[in-house]
Amino acid sequence: MPADRLLRGLAGALPVVAVGGFMALFFAWPIGGVIARGLGGTGPAAVLGDVLGSGSQRSVIWFTLWQAAVSTALTVAVALPAAGAMARLRFRGQRLVRALATVPFVLPTVVVAAAFEGLFDRFGLAGGGAVSLRHTVWAILMAHVFFNYAVVLRTVGAHWAALDARVEDQARVLGASRLEVFRRVVLPRLSPSIAAASAIVFLFSFTSFGVVLVLGGPTRATIETEIYRYAVVRLDLATAAGLAVVQLVAVVALVAVSNALERRRAVAEPVSSPAAAPRRRGPGLVANLGLMAVILGLPVAVLVERSLAAGRGGGYTLRNYTAMADRVNLLPDTALAALGNSLMFAAPAAALALAVGGAATLVVVRAGRGASRRIGRVFDIGLTLPLGTSAVTVGLGFLLVLNRPPIDIRTSLLVVPIAHAVVGIPFVVRTLVPMLRTVNPRTREAASVLGASPRRVRREVDLRVAARGVAVGAGFAFAVSLGEFGATSFIPRRPETLTAPLALFRLLGTPGEALRGQAMALAVALMALTAVAVFVMDLWGDTRRGVF
Amino acid sequence: MDRPPAPIPIHPGAPRRMIRPWLRAVAVVAVVLALIAAACSGDRVDSSAEDLSGTTVTLLTHDSFYVSPETFEAFTLQTGIEVEQLASGDAGALVAQACLTAGEPLGDVLFGIDNTFLQRGLDCAMFDPYESPGLAGVPDHFELDPEHRVTPVDFGDVCLNYWVEAFGDSLPPPSSLDDLTDPAYAGMLVVQSPETSSPGLAFLLATIARYGDGWERYWAALRDNGVAVTAGWEDAYYGEFAAGGGDRPIVVSYASSPPAEVIYSDPPVDEPPTGVVTASCYRQIEFAGVLAGAGNPGGAAALIDFMLTETFQNDVPLNMFVFPVIESATLPPEFVAHAQIAEDPFMLEPAEVETQRNAWTDRWVEIVLR
Amino acid sequence: MLTVSGLTVAFGRVTALDRIDLEVATGEVVAILGPSGCGKSTLLRSVAGLQPLDAGEVRWDGEDLAGLPVHRRDFGLMFQEHALFSHRDVAANVAFGLRMQKMDAPGRRRRVREVLGLVGLAGFEEREIATLSGGEAQRVALARSLAPEPRLLMLDEPLGSLDRPRRDELTEELRTLLRRVGVTVLHVTHDHDEAFAVADRVAVMQSGRIARIGAPADIWHDPRHAGVARFLGHPNVVTVGDDGAVPWGRLAAPAGPAVLRADAFRRAGSPAGEDGSVVTGVVADVRFRGDRFELTLRTDPGDFELLVRDPHPAAAADRLSYIIDPTRIASLDS
Repeated sequence: MPADRLLRGLAGALPVVAVGGFMALFFAWPIGGVIARGLGGTGPAAVLGDVLGSGSQRSVIWFTLWQAAVSTALTVAVALPAAGAMARLRFRGQRLVRALATVPFVLPTVVVAAAFEGLFDRFGLAGGGAVSLRHTVWAILMAHVFFNYAVVLRTVGAHWAALDARVEDQARVLGASRLEVFRRVVLPRLSPSIAAASAIVFLFSFTSFGVVLVLGGPTRATIETEIYRYAVVRLDLATAAGLAVVQLVAVVALVAVSNALERRRAVAEPVSSPAAAPRRRGPGLVANLGLMAVILGLPVAVLVERSLAAGRGGGYTLRNYTAMADRVNLLPDTALAALGNSLMFAAPAAALALAVGGAATLVVVRAGRGASRRIGRVFDIGLTLPLGTSAVTVGLGFLLVLNRPPIDIRTSLLVVPIAHAVVGIPFVVRTLVPMLRTVNPRTREAASVLGASPRRVRREVDLRVAARGVAVGAGFAFAVSLGEFGATSFIPRRPETLTAPLALFRLLGTPGEALRGQAMALAVALMALTAVAVFVMDLWGDTRRGVF
Repeated sequence: MDRPPAPIPIHPGAPRRMIRPWLRAVAVVAVVLALIAAACSGDRVDSSAEDLSGTTVTLLTHDSFYVSPETFEAFTLQTGIEVEQLASGDAGALVAQACLTAGEPLGDVLFGIDNTFLQRGLDCAMFDPYESPGLAGVPDHFELDPEHRVTPVDFGDVCLNYWVEAFGDSLPPPSSLDDLTDPAYAGMLVVQSPETSSPGLAFLLATIARYGDGWERYWAALRDNGVAVTAGWEDAYYGEFAAGGGDRPIVVSYASSPPAEVIYSDPPVDEPPTGVVTASCYRQIEFAGVLAGAGNPGGAAALIDFMLTETFQNDVPLNMFVFPVIESATLPPEFVAHAQIAEDPFMLEPAEVETQRNAWTDRWVEIVLR
Repeated sequence: MLTVSGLTVAFGRVTALDRIDLEVATGEVVAILGPSGCGKSTLLRSVAGLQPLDAGEVRWDGEDLAGLPVHRRDFGLMFQEHALFSHRDVAANVAFGLRMQKMDAPGRRRRVREVLGLVGLAGFEEREIATLSGGEAQRVALARSLAPEPRLLMLDEPLGSLDRPRRDELTEELRTLLRRVGVTVLHVTHDHDEAFAVADRVAVMQSGRIARIGAPADIWHDPRHAGVARFLGHPNVVTVGDDGAVPWGRLAAPAGPAVLRADAFRRAGSPAGEDGSVVTGVVADVRFRGDRFELTLRTDPGDFELLVRDPHPAAAADRLSYIIDPTRIASLDS
């Protein structure tokens, strides 16, 4: 049956070709185009020599690396206990807490910066007192923890919940303390998803832009802010491209290490071993929720309060919210319509991220030997890169290369969701890969022997095991799209397709208390929208698990 | 994760240009050369020749561009040409993008290049010359390119703003740049970094225009007098400046900020809580130009003509908080009441800005931030 | 009918299956018996199509299955670890194969009820997999494999994880069930009691090869290979000389290797008479086995260790004589 075999071979190659094609067209090619253009003048060696030879550039590179590493370590340390509590305990309103934890993700940095500075003010840390956090590296680190808390909580939490809790009970019986159980029994099995979450957090902190500029103050710079400065402010594309190369190399190295760790530590859980029924309550729940309330709740509370403040007159009002239905002169449409636009972009972006990321995950997880293994590795690394790549580079790249028929899509409406999806894909892949690696191959074989075709096995076994992972990945892709500013602002769009973050910037860019109040209300609405969307996706993910 | 916000330029008055004699000589030579070049060029755009009804003209702008829908509807009604708008990034990003795609532009007309970035746009050869008949109604001092590759459309001034309540009989608001180095105003000023902010750069240029080579000494004095620096306008205005609850009463903002404070006040007020130091203003003129390689150069020319009509010019102030360039334009009452237009704002030649900018900002960083 | 011929599978340098030939007639129950690691499971996986073959072929009713993917073979395989879908309830597990056959919902419900009744789990439809005991999980796995009525049912150590009494009980149930359903079965186990109880024929596997295949009684009485004999619990392998010489004297058996079953010994002096060969020795070790004792007897002369089953008590260092039943001596291939 050579025809049959050929057909099956083609079907197997389809996801590889589709994913590879998508990423090549919308990521590798644009980035390559910008770098080639930038380095083309004086030659790569000269430019890179200049960049690496400059003391100030070296210190920027060093600062970028260490602040990202510390941000990652802090985030993991703070969010890991909460991930355990969410995975192993059941309490009222849990799903809501999980959804709410995602909202920082969509907040534009000016808004977050405003929230943090408000907090510093309130606690006397804004300067003048003994301790000032304003324009310090601490402010940057705190904001990064705030932004990325949910990444660890959700990716690690979903994986943790899929682990067999009886193993932990066994270890307890064998005389291990809670801490020892965590260290020796939980942590090793959990390390793939911790590696995955750390990679995401690191990359986000690595490419952090607004947080560094606003909270860190004008003296601090990262590779990302320098790329922007050189490419846009100074129009020195050569230096920008040199920095982009450095950024890319650092990111590839990091992701390669993290993926190797993730792969080496991945162990299939024993079959027929569902987690033991979760406990209702446990020590640490109150402590974890309390900590979460401080880290995530306080800055958000400041924003909510500001959105309700009745301007300089004092008192509270809903005026800022009702005003969202009326257009202000500065904007082509109402703030409410901008929210609607954001939704219209986020839905296809999340769907696209899920489709491409899902197909890519299968390629990565199923990679056998030889060529397919190499392809799997390349995908595994390549698909994570967009998180660690400057939005400026991607944005300029789109303009540079996607300009010849039949793909002159520079001004197409599709560009925005595609650009958002490129950033969302790593979330889908990094959440799903560790989860699918825990699926015991026997379970797939059992389904196969019972008559399920390979595609059916994916749907019936993998999708169900990974249902929560799918929800988590899709939720992040959605939230990333809702909150994305950098690439969106760089892509030429029709004014009526204004998104909520763009509208927010316009509102904050002109003086006036009414505009500022409405901006805060819009930020809160954006968070609420995210929470609802993530909540619904989680609901889907949870119900998929048990239902026939 | 985010980009700094798009700067919004603002402001008015007959500018007294701060041009040094040798620059004037250079400018004369440049004009002569340019005229020769223009005479030899076949690229000059002509708007009147063909019937453009039914065509579409694509307008590229920065994110802060906005006019009322009726305005472009009026244009379409007059000419039969549809306007498609594409907005992206701030003024810097817009110019960077247009530079990269010079010759293969995304649209026909670019609006939003200002005098700080003008030379860069001209160096990129991204515009084709077009001299609009509407220029007759525009004061000459707005026209910075003798070859007419760009056409002035609006202007705004970057000026020091002060919080009215913070000053009174014991301490009047500052009236000049000099005042800021006075110990009486110690710890009161917040500015934006010229490396990352458009008003920050404009203010640096203002000091260079005012003090010439002495600007470095001036900034050292500002530093010693406790100037605060932020990366962007929002952080300065809402973070450090009194308007957002901060404790500094002097900020670099726009001449149009006080009218905005009135129009968007909450609760409503009759008088703005802020004032403008008119002797500190740097003029930013925004230009439009026909992009080289435009698909619809005729339509582009017609759109530029339209931008100099009263219909367009009268619509500009309230949507973008900038001032019209044509003399016959009518200002909205809020602007008449609360906007103060500097009589002799600072300005530097675009060519000088382009060649010196990086050296100046590098020097500024060394003086102020190190 | 399943026909396996020349089946060879190697993992690197280790040959897991070495030129296996095997036939299973329709309706027949064949047990593959062997120690762990002998390749039993690999054989099942090869037949199921889960394991690529290095050589040989698998046919069903003469048709080569090489091009037929796992899910289209219509075979059932019950995994040693059961591999239940832990994220679904019992009914969903059992109905899985039926859904793959596109059976409608009422039909599925009917069949699930029927099969669950068959395995003694009536009413278990909505139970979560997490709440099942080991025996229940085993029955659900069996029910899941049986539900789609596969043309060949393969069971990999189906009772492996159970305690002894449950195991005996379920072995009996399984035997009855398989007979009743009339399905063709390939049953892998390391337990000869289970194999003998369930199977029509037993194939004993050793290091990737089938050492002996036949009816349970034939194998028991005539194991032919020392390894097979030992695996069946009969370690008393001696080489008989031309004149019947053995280390402790003489034996009424043909020359060559022979196995003395552990139940071949009767305590001398008991009423049964003394017409067979006799062996005398010192008890080196005694183990109580409930209905009998199991002794290690060190022969004198000869100093040869024999495993002896004896209903009567004995103590270490006792000197005892046994009569050997010649019908319980089997010659082995040399």
